[in-house]
Amino acid sequence: MEIPYTYKARPDTGLYNAKVGIWLFLASEIMLFGALFSAYILLRVSAPVGFWPDVGLAWPRGLLNIPIGTFNTAVLITSSVTVVLAWASLKMNNFARFRVYMVITVLCAFAFLGIKSFEYNDKFSHYVIRLQDGKALTGHIEVDGKHPRFWNFSDQWSVAKLATQKVTKIKVEMDPERDMNGHVKAHGSHDHEVREVAVSDIAFMGSYTPATHPFFAVYFLITALHGLHVLGGALVLGYFAFPGAKMWKSNPEQFINRIEVGGLFWHFVDLVWIFLFPVVYLL
Amino acid sequence: MSLKAFHIVFVAASVILMAFLTGWSFLAYQETHSSEYLVWSLCAACSVVGLVVYGRFFLRKLRNISFL
Repeated sequence: MEIPYTYKARPDTGLYNAKVGIWLFLASEIMLFGALFSAYILLRVSAPVGFWPDVGLAWPRGLLNIPIGTFNTAVLITSSVTVVLAWASLKMNNFARFRVYMVITVLCAFAFLGIKSFEYNDKFSHYVIRLQDGKALTGHIEVDGKHPRFWNFSDQWSVAKLATQKVTKIKVEMDPERDMNGHVKAHGSHDHEVREVAVSDIAFMGSYTPATHPFFAVYFLITALHGLHVLGGALVLGYFAFPGAKMWKSNPEQFINRIEVGGLFWHFVDLVWIFLFPVVYLL
Repeated sequence: MSLKAFHIVFVAASVILMAFLTGWSFLAYQETHSSEYLVWSLCAACSVVGLVVYGRFFLRKLRNISFL
């Protein structure tokens, strides 16, 4: 049985069916991400006044790497340009150029994910340490000469775990001092003070992960969900570029429509990042 | 809405983001007097111009394709 309206427009909607379908799907995605953005904003505006980590649940600022975030934004903008140029190349009957643009799009997607995993890795070895005298330190820790890594959950440390493993001292590569807006005070100086802290002086320690602060919980939830969308989109676009491209010979109009639908999803994923970047990184 | 129309929306959103980044970095430069933020602001301003030029080029190149 032939599926109707895969390339011809349906008379009542004026669109082919897949386009109606993708827009309905994107509408549900807007509700999903909209709810998460709302959660982030509500948690943020209701956070206590003050500066994290001095005030325990105050909203942290300046913890994310803005140059890396900006670079990732540029990577995603580039991928949106290449996906639309791939679609336009097919419209102009140039399959070779379509494939080149599609490969660049997929490479951009994997570059984005690679950079994001680098950022995640940094957060899993970055700790806030509250001392018994009430002072708070932040920085990357070293336990027995090793930095924790995000792919190894047994590398995550707590005061109890340090005591169990009879670790008496840890090294903390201290973060530079920041002003009230999260900007580094002494710009240009990238020397980090390394301090040795006795485990008996630590009241609490936690990595920059969801259990430590609501900011990290929402940050990881939204960015990981977005990352999964990037991965899914990259796999589908990669499929269209190689094994799925056979359809170009048998049914070119339907193939062009498939690329358009894939491109619409890809644009949505990139648009989510365009909102995510300023909200989470800059504000 | 076709991919062409959605792409225009996306480019417009990117222009707004980059204009915001220009202003944000410039304010950070005024607060910290760090030249890194000034360079950042100039790069973001250049990307605003680049995206607007690209948007016009895109509209010209795909003028025969429908917005629906």
